[in-house]
Amino acid sequence: MIEMPLLSVESLNKTFGRQVACRDVSFELWPGEVLGIVGESGSGKSTLLNAIAGRLSVDSGKVLYRTATGQITDLISASDAQRRHLMRTEWGFVQQHARDGLRMGFSAGANIGERLMAIGQKHYGNLRDTALDWMQAVEISPERIDDLPRTFSGGMQQRLQIARNLVTHPRIVLMDEPTGGLDVSVQARLLDLLRRLVQEHNVAVIVVTHDLGVARLLAHRLMVMRRGEVVEAGLTDQLLDDPQHAYTQLLVSSVLSV
Amino acid sequence: MSQEMIRVENLGKTFTLHLRGGIALPVLRDTSLSVAAGECVTLHGPSGAGKSTLLRSIYGNYRPQQGRILITHDGHPTDIVGAIPRVVLDIRRRTLGYVTQFLRVIPRVGTLDIVAEPLLARGAPAEHARTRAAELLSRLQIPEKMWNLPPATFSGGEQQRINIARGFCADYPILLLDEPTASLDDRNRKIVIELVDDARRRGTAIVAIVHDADTRAAITTRLLPMEAVGVAA
Repeated sequence: MIEMPLLSVESLNKTFGRQVACRDVSFELWPGEVLGIVGESGSGKSTLLNAIAGRLSVDSGKVLYRTATGQITDLISASDAQRRHLMRTEWGFVQQHARDGLRMGFSAGANIGERLMAIGQKHYGNLRDTALDWMQAVEISPERIDDLPRTFSGGMQQRLQIARNLVTHPRIVLMDEPTGGLDVSVQARLLDLLRRLVQEHNVAVIVVTHDLGVARLLAHRLMVMRRGEVVEAGLTDQLLDDPQHAYTQLLVSSVLSV
Repeated sequence: MSQEMIRVENLGKTFTLHLRGGIALPVLRDTSLSVAAGECVTLHGPSGAGKSTLLRSIYGNYRPQQGRILITHDGHPTDIVGAIPRVVLDIRRRTLGYVTQFLRVIPRVGTLDIVAEPLLARGAPAEHARTRAAELLSRLQIPEKMWNLPPATFSGGEQQRINIARGFCADYPILLLDEPTASLDDRNRKIVIELVDDARRRGTAIVAIVHDADTRAAITTRLLPMEAVGVAA
């Protein structure tokens, strides 16, 4: 086992006016680990994700990230340039709505190639070959490489967004309801794909979802949030099969079968 | 004497049902157990005696409030009660297998891959894992034409046998069996009994729950009688 966490979040606090979005949230994420954050709408899970990614200012707390070169960087106090660089190279962010995470005016191939270009790859032939490989990896026909994402179905767009994020082999990927809004059959395919890619590339993931079935399938461990606070955390099957907190018991008992 | 593989000490587990006014259901109290390599200990007692709760606690699935459960992992006793998720997952990947009668189906993954997965996760070469998975599926009489299909649409008995194949594929040093032969026909039950016996002779430490008396008699080397915990006076 590698003996160092990739990410340590320490006492993160965020309020919107008098509304508490995150209260004293702390956790660690280890290489290759998939952490699920569950809770109903308004529980603060998406705010937490955006705060970790530096898309949102926080009131207090630290987000300590161990970079590929072994330095510990606090993303909260890091400069915008430093943070942007890490987000582009070592991090990925998969949005719930693919159109927010894709460049809709650019071809599928360009969407995959963009992050590679951002880290200095310029050879057109190589970029195109890599894009073709990734389209296959996410089960989109390579013939569609020059098409605009808006001509894709919702499921295809989401798979393209995943390819766009994973192409630079990030060490951490954050996902906000990655299967939300997709048909059940499309969800199953996406979940299976995500599960496989995450395993193959040994990437650490924080996935926000309100779907406990998705959490069961993808996450090694879970944090349950309510009103900005983590009420319970632990191994995924422990939480779902032996929930201790009243709110977790309510969540688990509210679904038909997970 | 064979190496001790599981040591349960003074385990206590109470379920608190917050949605039912916080009612407390004590299920285990002061439960202790030791299982050595090459033993098959069967938990025996009426419904509600806490057999499944004990088995799930040993697997790290349920979280007891008292006591400890030492699992011999990499040659060292490791307490799975309260262990952090990474440690529990590592124990499960390399030491501890759990077989129930219910297969948790993963969308789109074929039968052979489902069975081979635990062995792959232990680091075996893909070819070896698939060969071993094929042997087990053949032995459990799953027709070869089904091996590449995801088992979602298979019958209950077929899914159960696939789950058994999956549980035995990785040759874990410890196996937990929760009603592995329930709803199997005689012929398949006999095959499972042979699998359990083979594993035990190879030195696997086994804890089982088996309701069928003949199967129990066939696999058990020692019984652990269990009784329902009364509400404390």
